[in-house]
Amino acid sequence: MKKAARQLLFYLFLLLVWQLLFQRKLWPPYLFPSPTMVGEALWQGFSDRTFLVGVTISMRRIALGYGFAVVLGVVLGFLIAASDFLEATVGGLVLSLQSLPSICWLPLAILWFGLSERAILFVVVMGSLLSVTINTEVGVRHVPKLYRMAGRNLGARGFGVFAHVLFPASLPHLVVGLKQGWAFAWRSLISGEMIFVSLGLGHLLMVGRDLNDMSQVIAVMIVIMALGQLVDQLIFRGVESRIRNRWGLAREV
Amino acid sequence: MSTIWARERAESHPKEQPKLHLKHVTRLFQTPNGPLTALDDISLNVAEGEFLCLVGPSGCGKSTLLNLMAGLDRPTEGEIWKDGERLDGPATDHIMIFQELGLFPWLTVRENVEFGLRMRGVAKPERQARAREYLRLVHLSHFERSYIHQLSGGMKQRVALARALATDPAVLLMDEPFAALDAQTRDRLHEELERIWTETRKTIVFVTHNVREAVRLGDRVVVLTFRPGRIKTALTVKLPRPRHLEDPHLALVARDLLVQLKEEISRSAKEEYRDEESG
Repeated sequence: MKKAARQLLFYLFLLLVWQLLFQRKLWPPYLFPSPTMVGEALWQGFSDRTFLVGVTISMRRIALGYGFAVVLGVVLGFLIAASDFLEATVGGLVLSLQSLPSICWLPLAILWFGLSERAILFVVVMGSLLSVTINTEVGVRHVPKLYRMAGRNLGARGFGVFAHVLFPASLPHLVVGLKQGWAFAWRSLISGEMIFVSLGLGHLLMVGRDLNDMSQVIAVMIVIMALGQLVDQLIFRGVESRIRNRWGLAREV
Repeated sequence: MSTIWARERAESHPKEQPKLHLKHVTRLFQTPNGPLTALDDISLNVAEGEFLCLVGPSGCGKSTLLNLMAGLDRPTEGEIWKDGERLDGPATDHIMIFQELGLFPWLTVRENVEFGLRMRGVAKPERQARAREYLRLVHLSHFERSYIHQLSGGMKQRVALARALATDPAVLLMDEPFAALDAQTRDRLHEELERIWTETRKTIVFVTHNVREAVRLGDRVVVLTFRPGRIKTALTVKLPRPRHLEDPHLALVARDLLVQLKEEISRSAKEEYRDEESG
């Protein structure tokens, strides 16, 4: 409770500073809107449903792209961890690709898929796939050999070792990868959506720019931030702490 | 003295077919400093229902020997036979209790005990019933829903024991299971293990570096040498059961074994110091 109060105070303070800066009239209002103007833009956006449509479309895209990346990334991660050959070849490639900012895939995606839904999805997948893969692989490699031996000794074979030992044992790491992957997917999505009339949140940002409407730009930024936080807090924090508690791992500070 | 113990060859009990039969087993490991002979020409029989203790200093290949008996590892030379058949690959009815136990933290106590049965495709109602039965046997009925990290060291040991027993193994392989416990807990677990062994008559191979523990529990005690692991002595402990650690007869047997073991321990200590100097 004390923490929440502190946070509230902090944000009120930020708003106050913002308002004071606005009143000094250092910049024209269309470049530096007041908190109330942004609040109005937020209200406007939600009441004429453009923001709702944007949120829905963006969430649908990310569900698709991120979902695909998770399935592919987890499978790929396990395969790389299972084979020394794949580790030396594909594993190395994944690591170097990971150093590419996901926005780098955009020109390639546009050339391959044109200004289309598929181009956006491609960028989302490329943005999150690699971190899911890497964390899965690390997770599997960190599974103590003892668990594998105990599992085999108790009769687990082949796919059973994977399903009943390796997969659950690597979950704490895996969730970290999923969380990181989500953050990357969210970023890639917003940048991808800026490329054409995609109707998503990224597109709404560009509309704001085209209309010279800084209030809308900031309002959309706030929506993007809030949504990213919401998913992180509601889904990933919960899952992560449940897993850490169950596994008896120390809580993250 | 000869009434309470007798020196003998390791491959005794020639009349019946042994449960486990090790024939000139050698295991080499490749290390950065060249090949290391962990076990050298071990020949050993374990009779059905026997409680065999293996004693040796750390680094004598005790754990390696257990892994071989479980089929989790293969000998470089020599053969291992079980019930007259050659062991090739993991033996599902040779259940190991590892030193660090290897209980699964993502499962409850009962689900851990069920694990082996689940892998064997036993239906849920039956495996739950069997798990509960074995949890009763180790006095952990009230903890079936707990997770592993919520248990004390001694309780974890008992979960591991229940998990191993629930699969109804032919052989129970125990790798220094009580080494990390305090004396009272260990005492109690000795009693429980002896009781469970008397009730179930499982064949048990129990590895320890503690001579008194070995004499407390074993029908037979085999002492291994340090690097390479060879059989130094084997003797039958003829003390009546239930036994007690404070029994002076037990202490007498243990003292004789300890003399043998001490030579090996000092060799292992020397080796360790040398490793330190050169490393």
